[in-house]
Amino acid sequence: MRSSGIFKTQGRTLFAWGVFAILMGVFLSVHPRGASLGVFTTWSNQCAALALLAVGQTIVVLSKGIDLSIGPIMALANCIASHLVNGSPSEIAFGVVIVIATGAICGLINGLVVVVGKLQAIIATLAAGAIFTGLALLVRPIPGGDISVGLSDAMTMEAFGVVPSAVLVMLGAVALWYPIRRHPIGRSIIAVGSSEAAAEASGLNVARAKIAAYALGGVFAALGGLFIGFQTLSGDPSIGLTYTLNSIAAVVIGGTMLTGGAGSVVGSIAGALVLRTIGSLIFFIGLQPLAQPLFEGTVLLIAVSFGATRLLKIKNRMEVFQ
Amino acid sequence: MSSAVKSKPSVSWSLPFDGPTRSVFVAIVVLIVVGGSFFPQFFSPYYLAQQMQNGAFLGIVSAGAMVVILLGQIDLSVPWTMTAAATISTAVVGANPQAGISELGLLAGLGVGALVGFVNGFGVAVMRIPSMIWTLATNNILLGLLVYFSGFYALASQPSLVMRAIGQGKVMGLPAVVLVWIAVSVLTIFMLKRTVFGRNIYLVGTSEPAAYLSAINTRRVTILAFVFAGVMSALAGMMLAGYAGQSYQRMGDPYLLPGIAAVVLGGTSLFGGAGRYAGTVAGVLLITLMSSMLSIMQAPEAAKQIAYGLVIIVMVGLYSRRAAKTE
Repeated sequence: MRSSGIFKTQGRTLFAWGVFAILMGVFLSVHPRGASLGVFTTWSNQCAALALLAVGQTIVVLSKGIDLSIGPIMALANCIASHLVNGSPSEIAFGVVIVIATGAICGLINGLVVVVGKLQAIIATLAAGAIFTGLALLVRPIPGGDISVGLSDAMTMEAFGVVPSAVLVMLGAVALWYPIRRHPIGRSIIAVGSSEAAAEASGLNVARAKIAAYALGGVFAALGGLFIGFQTLSGDPSIGLTYTLNSIAAVVIGGTMLTGGAGSVVGSIAGALVLRTIGSLIFFIGLQPLAQPLFEGTVLLIAVSFGATRLLKIKNRMEVFQ
Repeated sequence: MSSAVKSKPSVSWSLPFDGPTRSVFVAIVVLIVVGGSFFPQFFSPYYLAQQMQNGAFLGIVSAGAMVVILLGQIDLSVPWTMTAAATISTAVVGANPQAGISELGLLAGLGVGALVGFVNGFGVAVMRIPSMIWTLATNNILLGLLVYFSGFYALASQPSLVMRAIGQGKVMGLPAVVLVWIAVSVLTIFMLKRTVFGRNIYLVGTSEPAAYLSAINTRRVTILAFVFAGVMSALAGMMLAGYAGQSYQRMGDPYLLPGIAAVVLGGTSLFGGAGRYAGTVAGVLLITLMSSMLSIMQAPEAAKQIAYGLVIIVMVGLYSRRAAKTE
């Protein structure tokens, strides 16, 4: 009985993990070095930044918003990191704090524009994204800079020699979100996403919940930018756009509804892993690298089309309109 | 007495320009006057014609974007619909370079736009998938197909005579692209104001269930609106290829977000059901003039992006504050 309950509530999340497990199985079987720690480390390093962004995007989407500036926030954080995250341990710690604070402030600005300015989320975050991109270009007009090699190695290799640090980073993102989700703030984010009017009528602070969702989204975007810095040891202002679109794709593949209120961070991480594993898979399967965008597009299209299965259960024609 | 005083402003304001359109036109005039006093070339007819030419591509994209936004939907497949139409039409021309037959390329490009629009509309209207996600997926598929095939076949890229004439030519001193933009605008206004289809777009955008219960074929309206947007994107893409003398990858990228921004600056609501075409034209002119003025001032790309974002937030913020007040 219990397991059928899980399938009912978490079906989409489990489905995303199922797709990922199949892809991963194929990936490991075609990889010349098979299932070794080194392979896992390289693979997880490619996944972590997108997974962090997908977590941030999920939180915003849960509140029935959307953050089209998540890529630019990541780029800005990455560029700031390339100036500050180096030197002595205390300087590095200071830099990391500033980078994360930048993400939070950017998210806060998004939230304020949406809540106080009463702009629609799409246009507000689109415009804010242009501003963040501009700031990233001011901070670092051309790619470059310097990021602590010691910290980067620690974050992109294995922890204690047994598990890739990037896997711990992704687990850490989940561990960070779930206490917040249980906290009144997290609950109100989801309540606002499923019905703003009902949340308002129940005495929840709708404005605060929305602003918190965008701020959290910004924090995870900054963490993603930081991780990219650990991979490349530099800052690049132009990385944002594809990450914005991929973060939305990961959220959708992971089964979170864009209509808000329902979905899971864990599913979105599976979505990010699916997208990234496809890239690696194509490389080792011997397909033309040129086929990669087509393959990714097809997976997104199929994942999205699953949303249409809802129509099969509809009895009353008016339910089509939700 | 008091009623006369009250009714006076409402008469003068009930011209085809509503609040947002007026604000944008004021912003444009300020921009030209201030810009012109620092840079005299701003007032030259040649310069303004040049800006109109740049704006025309964006204007045509925005006409399509607006019709979809009026439904409360969005079309994110603009960039690769433009690129696909341009690539395929120039490839057809390259394979059939004879003068008359090569114009088949033009038809092929429009066909690509209509097909993409149909797929977009079908996913949204029949499969009921949120347009933001569905058109993102079709955009990625187009990207994938074009990268894949152009990687294996060296596609000839050559615009037809008509495409070149429209993209580069001038009629009575006015760039031909601008004439096409005017034609598209007249068509769009006629469609929105004078046809049943146009009325239905506003009705479906206001409330799709209500429109459905009023016996409007909401699926057909949605699909046709996306087809219109696809054809507009294709048209802009092919004219851009004619202007540049070839098609190239990522040629559509600079038109997606400015296209949406122009529509929203013009006062059209992203929730659908409300908006005037005059506002969209004003939005296109504002964005075009703003970016060209920043170019004259040799502002770095960073400053352009920041200015662009600020203008959208401030102006759209003003509209929504005003709307909240009148409620």
